[in-house]
Amino acid sequence: MAYPAGYRYTKEHEWISVAGASGTVGITDYAQSSLGDIVFVDLPKVGDRLEAGKIFGSVESVKAVSDLFSPVSGTVTAVNEELKNAPEWINADANSTWMVKLDLAKPAELDALLSAAQYEAFIAEETGK
Amino acid sequence: MSAASNPTPPLRRTALNATHRALRAKMVDFGGWEMPVEYSGLIAEHMAVRTGAGLFDVSHMGDIQLRGPGSLAAVQHLCMNDASKLQAGQAQYSAMLTPDGTFVDDVVVHKLSDNDYLIVINAGTREKDVAWVRSQIGAMPSIHISDYSDFYTQLAIQGPKAEATLQKLTDTELSAIKNYWFTWGKVCGLPNVLIARTGYTGEDGFEIYIPSDEPTSARVWSEVLNAGAEFCIQPCGLGARNTLRLESAMALYGHEISETINVFEAGLGRYAKLDKGTDFVGRDALAAIQAAGGPKRRLVGLEMIERGIGRDGYPVCTVTGERIGEITSGSPAPFLKKNIALACVPVQYAALDEVVAVEIRGQMVKAKIVATPFYKRARKST
Repeated sequence: MAYPAGYRYTKEHEWISVAGASGTVGITDYAQSSLGDIVFVDLPKVGDRLEAGKIFGSVESVKAVSDLFSPVSGTVTAVNEELKNAPEWINADANSTWMVKLDLAKPAELDALLSAAQYEAFIAEETGK
Repeated sequence: MSAASNPTPPLRRTALNATHRALRAKMVDFGGWEMPVEYSGLIAEHMAVRTGAGLFDVSHMGDIQLRGPGSLAAVQHLCMNDASKLQAGQAQYSAMLTPDGTFVDDVVVHKLSDNDYLIVINAGTREKDVAWVRSQIGAMPSIHISDYSDFYTQLAIQGPKAEATLQKLTDTELSAIKNYWFTWGKVCGLPNVLIARTGYTGEDGFEIYIPSDEPTSARVWSEVLNAGAEFCIQPCGLGARNTLRLESAMALYGHEISETINVFEAGLGRYAKLDKGTDFVGRDALAAIQAAGGPKRRLVGLEMIERGIGRDGYPVCTVTGERIGEITSGSPAPFLKKNIALACVPVQYAALDEVVAVEIRGQMVKAKIVATPFYKRARKST
């Protein structure tokens, strides 16, 4: 699966899609495929303040737990509550299955994130492929 | 001067390594072996075994053969169950114990014939087990010990359709093999294949032992998959093997059983035959534990009540937050669709329906003690 060119990526395998001052966050296809069947997500609440690079939740497959790291700082404006009952959507389509939306506190933080091409190169390095 | 280095030895591979890679399996280090953890996906593989059939490469398991007029005495000394009760063609679950009554390993003892026993041991403990066997019985009279671990490719065909799958590849009447019995037969044209009705999934199934050369192993593997295609057989990895055995509350070495957990704590006392008429390693310790009123802690089944997944090593606490034990294995249960765990707790907290808390990354999440096994297959009426 390709990594959408319009998104920005973290080295912890989250993506963020930005429209104006609002960001939408999910995990990458590489992340879902490494985890395997996802059965559980733990997400913050609307109004919670996230900090760039800090843990904001977790995602669990049958075998493993993985922390979620916020790509940028901001306040949570929406949480994808449907993932509580259907976490497997992340496996089915990681690119369009969002977890949280937030109001960006420091839009300049986006510059520190990876482009799709950089992220793909990073994955290639990590997997040695 | 070069720095003292202690390089990790390369991972060992079974004869089916290339086959797993061709199937695009995710490979992991399991006890020093590079093994497939999943192919199509853990949940699909787990469900295939519960509803149809699954095929596992378990060639990393070890095989020790004890032969000679002294072999029964040796098995009796080495293992806690009573091997004198076995008939030729019969297998039994057993364990080799330390003098403290804790586990060197759990094993399956097969009586091939009088004076001839095959002991199947775990992969991660192979070297330790072989050394232990030699140290404990090596000097006993009239016995020959052989380590045949690398001689076999061991395949497990498991699930309600395992018999129908394997029957297409052999003339041996499989329905005549009872649970925990075995025979020899021609499988995929190979003569004298040991066919055992054993497994580690809580489901009906077979384990077969074929020559460990790569072409033979790969051929039989693919013939089993072809034979099972009509039952939607899936190649299954260690991930599904673990969740299947956990739903069935079967012990995993290094988790439910180890050198720090004794037989009674592990709830395996029914396999320890203290009155079998011969001494065995660990017997005195077990007798002393019995005389002292039984174990102080024991393994229990847990089912999460609140939202959260208890995993291996997570602390188990009272509802007021006092730490009382820990989870030995915990996971979502794909067939039961619950979050389950096995945990070792003091006996006063081991009563059914007792509510405890599991500490999940700093949060206390409620769970209750439930009966094990969590899953039990419907037995065919015979």
